[in-house]
Amino acid sequence: MKIVLVAEYRDGKLLGSVNELIAFAGKMAADSVMFLVGSESALPAYEGKLYLGDVGVCGEFNPEVHKALLLDVIAREQPDMIVFSHSSYGWDLAPRVAYALKAAQVSELVDVVDGALVVPVCNGKLRRNVQVKTGKTVVTLQAGAFGLAEAPTGTPAVEKITTVSAGRLEFGGYEAAEQGGVDLTKAEVIVSAGRGVGKPENVAMIAALAKALKGEYGASRPVVDSGWAEHKRQVGTTGQSVAPKLYVACGISGAIQHLAGMKKSEFIVAINTDKDAPIGEVADVLVVADLKQFVPLLTEKIQAL
Amino acid sequence: MKILVCIKQVPDMESKFKIAAGGTWYDPADLAWRMNEYDEYAVEQAVQLKEQVKEADLTVLCIGSERVKETMKKALAMGCDRGAHVADDNAAGKEPFEIAGIIAEYARDKQFDLIFTGMQSQDRGSAQVGVLVAEMLSLPCITTIVHFAYADGRIEVKRELEGGMKALIKAKTPTLVTCQLGLNTPRYPTLPNIMKAKKKELVSIPVQDLLKVEARQETAKMYFPEKKGGGLVLEGDVGQLADRLIQILKEKTGVLA
Repeated sequence: MKIVLVAEYRDGKLLGSVNELIAFAGKMAADSVMFLVGSESALPAYEGKLYLGDVGVCGEFNPEVHKALLLDVIAREQPDMIVFSHSSYGWDLAPRVAYALKAAQVSELVDVVDGALVVPVCNGKLRRNVQVKTGKTVVTLQAGAFGLAEAPTGTPAVEKITTVSAGRLEFGGYEAAEQGGVDLTKAEVIVSAGRGVGKPENVAMIAALAKALKGEYGASRPVVDSGWAEHKRQVGTTGQSVAPKLYVACGISGAIQHLAGMKKSEFIVAINTDKDAPIGEVADVLVVADLKQFVPLLTEKIQAL
Repeated sequence: MKILVCIKQVPDMESKFKIAAGGTWYDPADLAWRMNEYDEYAVEQAVQLKEQVKEADLTVLCIGSERVKETMKKALAMGCDRGAHVADDNAAGKEPFEIAGIIAEYARDKQFDLIFTGMQSQDRGSAQVGVLVAEMLSLPCITTIVHFAYADGRIEVKRELEGGMKALIKAKTPTLVTCQLGLNTPRYPTLPNIMKAKKKELVSIPVQDLLKVEARQETAKMYFPEKKGGGLVLEGDVGQLADRLIQILKEKTGVLA
């Protein structure tokens, strides 16, 4: 089997997800080549051929141009599979490439079992095995699903590539993430509010429990999107990634984007009315209870210690 | 201006799921159905654009059985002008390429200036349909938007990237955008608008009139992920639960020391 790995480069840096692509190639026991629109000054540790588009010419965000470059590489290499990260870059570019190749795309792969491509359904509550009917397959990999035990080594054999195509989208630069006074990554205890808190007033009881545990309070994406907590408190892929001594997830179902931001915590307690919520997958203790009754009582008892 | 917004009806994600006979999808029985969350932001943005430009016609499209009409009525009550219901009792069995093919076939000769979709559905979560529709119609496409502005045939959007960073992107219409959570604040339909929505056009089109492509993949099997085990599940009286949890925190973590 031959595969093309599509690495990512953003804001002047090669993204670390390249190691997950390399791990995937290893798991598939496949011959691989790599594709990157990046810079010679930030090459991945990779033993193999790297087709390198010049980011200075092609731009960091220019999916139509990146597509044209990648299609040239695919035409030369004739791979069986084209592998992206399931990221803002990957899920944007992969369907464009799949369409041009008349290939099936399987999104957010979490595993490959006996040749079956395994993907999550309904926020990770279910899984399904996918059978592909096309010669070439495009896949995107769920962040963290394929890891390496140790960092890869090697120096890629670089071949520079160019294209004459131009894109129709105009990239106007980046806007930095909101900066705030709360650095959740330094907190030893984080108590986070999820959609299950029900209403904005209830965020206060989560904050009170955090205070009783001498920690900070965080929030899941729906709580931030609803304006119940500030973005600087958001835990997950689009917020902060944390690994405190204790993480208490209150009314958080456990969407993969949230899990990716907190599953490395040393000890995880989940409080949820839904026993089957995916947060249970990573929790050391799952308390099946109504937050509004349980959290104030727990806070009171901790304060009394 | 002609605007299309594509929506999907999905189960409430808090539902208790069961695998359907056949073993390739979840059982649709006994589930509460609602509009895909990402699509609520798409509908809201489409309605805001219509309100901004005044002279606009906004169509909401949804593929599915009779059941999805309830969700379409919500979109109409939020402010869409007309509904295009693609009648298909096996929408759940169709993969993203087929769904995109149906939408593109519907939109092909209608000269939409803007097409809005959610960035993904909550059940399948492929994040492919919007991009594929754009490719099929040769439209520019911007995914995962968290900010949208329109003026004089041009749009300016922000794409959400990992870590809270955003990319600023401009494009000319016609174009397609896929909407991320938090793009706006979806409105609740008011009672008068719910009543008005009942009189709006809601046309059903048989799926076979629009399905011109073949599936490129299929689901071989659907199942529940294996519980990794190790996690302790505590249930019962809240007072006792709190005491037990405190005991566990004392034993397993240093935070109550």
